[in-house]
Amino acid sequence: MERQALPPHSISMKLEGVGLTKYFPATGGFTLGRAHGWVKALDGVSVQVAEGETLGIVGESGSGKTTLAKLFLLLERPTAGSLSFDGKETRAFDRHDLRRYRRSVQAVFQDPYSSLNPRMRVEHIVAEPLPRGNGVSRAVMAERVREVLQLVGLRRDSGALYPHEFSGGQRQRIAIARALVTYPKFLILDEPVSALDVSIRAQILNLLKRLQEELALAYVIISHDLAAARYLATRLAVMYAGKLVEVGACDAVYAEPLHPYTEALLSAALPLHPSARRPRIVLAGEVPSPVNPPAGCRFHPRCPRALPQCSRQEPEWKEVSPGRFTACHLY
Amino acid sequence: MREAAPLLVVEDLKTHFFTRRGVTKAVDGVSFTLHAGETLALVGESGSGKSVTCLSLVRLVPEPAGRIVGGRVLLEGQDLLQKSPAEMRRVRGKQIAMVLQDPMTSLNPALTIGTQVGEVVRLHQGLRGAPLRERVLESLRRLRISAADTRLSHYPHQFSGGMRQRVSSAIALSCAPRLLIADEPTTSLDVTIQAQYLELLKEVQASAGVAVILVTHDFGIVAAIADRIAVMYAGRIVEMGTTLQIFNHPSHPYTRALLRCLPDIEQGRRQLVEIAGQPPDLARLPQGCPFAPRCPERQAICEEQFPSAVAVASGHVAHCWAAAKQPELVGASGGGAAGAPPPLD
Repeated sequence: MERQALPPHSISMKLEGVGLTKYFPATGGFTLGRAHGWVKALDGVSVQVAEGETLGIVGESGSGKTTLAKLFLLLERPTAGSLSFDGKETRAFDRHDLRRYRRSVQAVFQDPYSSLNPRMRVEHIVAEPLPRGNGVSRAVMAERVREVLQLVGLRRDSGALYPHEFSGGQRQRIAIARALVTYPKFLILDEPVSALDVSIRAQILNLLKRLQEELALAYVIISHDLAAARYLATRLAVMYAGKLVEVGACDAVYAEPLHPYTEALLSAALPLHPSARRPRIVLAGEVPSPVNPPAGCRFHPRCPRALPQCSRQEPEWKEVSPGRFTACHLY
Repeated sequence: MREAAPLLVVEDLKTHFFTRRGVTKAVDGVSFTLHAGETLALVGESGSGKSVTCLSLVRLVPEPAGRIVGGRVLLEGQDLLQKSPAEMRRVRGKQIAMVLQDPMTSLNPALTIGTQVGEVVRLHQGLRGAPLRERVLESLRRLRISAADTRLSHYPHQFSGGMRQRVSSAIALSCAPRLLIADEPTTSLDVTIQAQYLELLKEVQASAGVAVILVTHDFGIVAAIADRIAVMYAGRIVEMGTTLQIFNHPSHPYTRALLRCLPDIEQGRRQLVEIAGQPPDLARLPQGCPFAPRCPERQAICEEQFPSAVAVASGHVAHCWAAAKQPELVGASGGGAAGAPPPLD
């Protein structure tokens, strides 16, 4: 695979978020148009992704996974905290940096029925991220499009067709081709297989795995499907109500979860065999409101192992053992 | 449980959709039986006919495009397909109740939940006033809706997703139905809420003795709560057996492929085996076995004729020519009390 499109930079690139926070104004009700509070979608999340690794981000709806993805894609600006790429803060980006960032960090979204423009030919969809007007000829671009189509397992000549002529799995391949066309280093995968039929999911998961090995890509896979996240991820980050609760090597987290929420979340995932049942921890209650999250640890009202200080004091983010981080008063 | 007459017998049910593109055979000869208190999971991909099977049981197939063109549905001996629309209305909600996938669309956003739960009790039990209110409260409390009496005057948007699904289950179970059809009841719920809901469903089912038909594509849910499994593909049941039989000895190549192609939380990075190709177009089904074009064990006969039921073990049948050839089979006619579907053609 040639990589002439990327200028030579440091060997190992890193995407690093420090204290990422995103509040959205809470509007509606009688104060129409005026904010009467803040939806704390993301609150002080520090996370990093190194080149070639796969970070799985799991959590339930409202945990802030998708907001984090949007920050990574520069689709939202953080309220506080910083995101840096290759050692440079995104706030300080000039036009050149921004262009390079957009090239290096690409996305694949959940639903290939809505993420592909039905009125564009596949070749134009896939070519869209390519920079134009910088002397690259159409022939070179068309060749690159054919190359990535082949790379994702479609026919080289399928570019002349429209999205409706493809099945769900093939559409997701087109979305992946579009993400790969600029020789990215990082792919943000937001629920990449949730919208697909079960018999097609394996095709896409295996494709993603193969592409990662061939192209040395780093993935951030955001999923509520714990089994799919486990299949791809090398490191796992668990989120709850806008906060990170645990980060660690994927196998270690699955084998021995530290945070009580991680434990409950993993025990709620149903294994694929009737006899392989883990002891199940059924949590009472619901995910708290992001407008008015509980004081102290946000998980304490549902936590089966809560201590008296959990409702008063927010637990610190600490490294419990090498490479294993959690925020919990138990440790 | 097995000695008594089955609660529900479905025989050779066929529901077709007549469209401009031709006849779409959404359900094409489905047979199964269900006993009181039992949970049968209908498993399959989208378009395999799971949901249309369920809609056919309660005669809610969207007409005029869709029509039940053949078969029998016997609920406690009475053929539902012969009933008049007025008689069917008395069956739905009372003898057979449904829980649908998305409670946000199955509940009416403009009515309080008290009204919505009360409606079905009023219609089927003829209760009014204080006894009606008592009954509604009771069915909400059974589904663990806390502070039920203040909740009566709330609207669906004031509830969380998990609570909404419990409200719609309360509606379904309020008239003590014999059969509950749950069509992907947890797809819109988060995993921890799904665990809560499934636990509750199991508990309520055991105490009320209601039979459940669970429609899902998630083998994890099936493994957790089903007694028996029917695997559907392209409008037909291709394999049926107890949960352990299906998981331990999957006998149809499609079932085997499905179980190998899913990531398992317990197995980490075990390589997934892909199923080649796409699910078939139901308007242009191949002549023989619909799975044949994707099947790794395809033989010449598979493309000519759909295989009849082969008993793999007692209560475990598969529709597959390859399964018929396996030496350890007990015979091609058995099927035991669990009700082997009659051979098709």
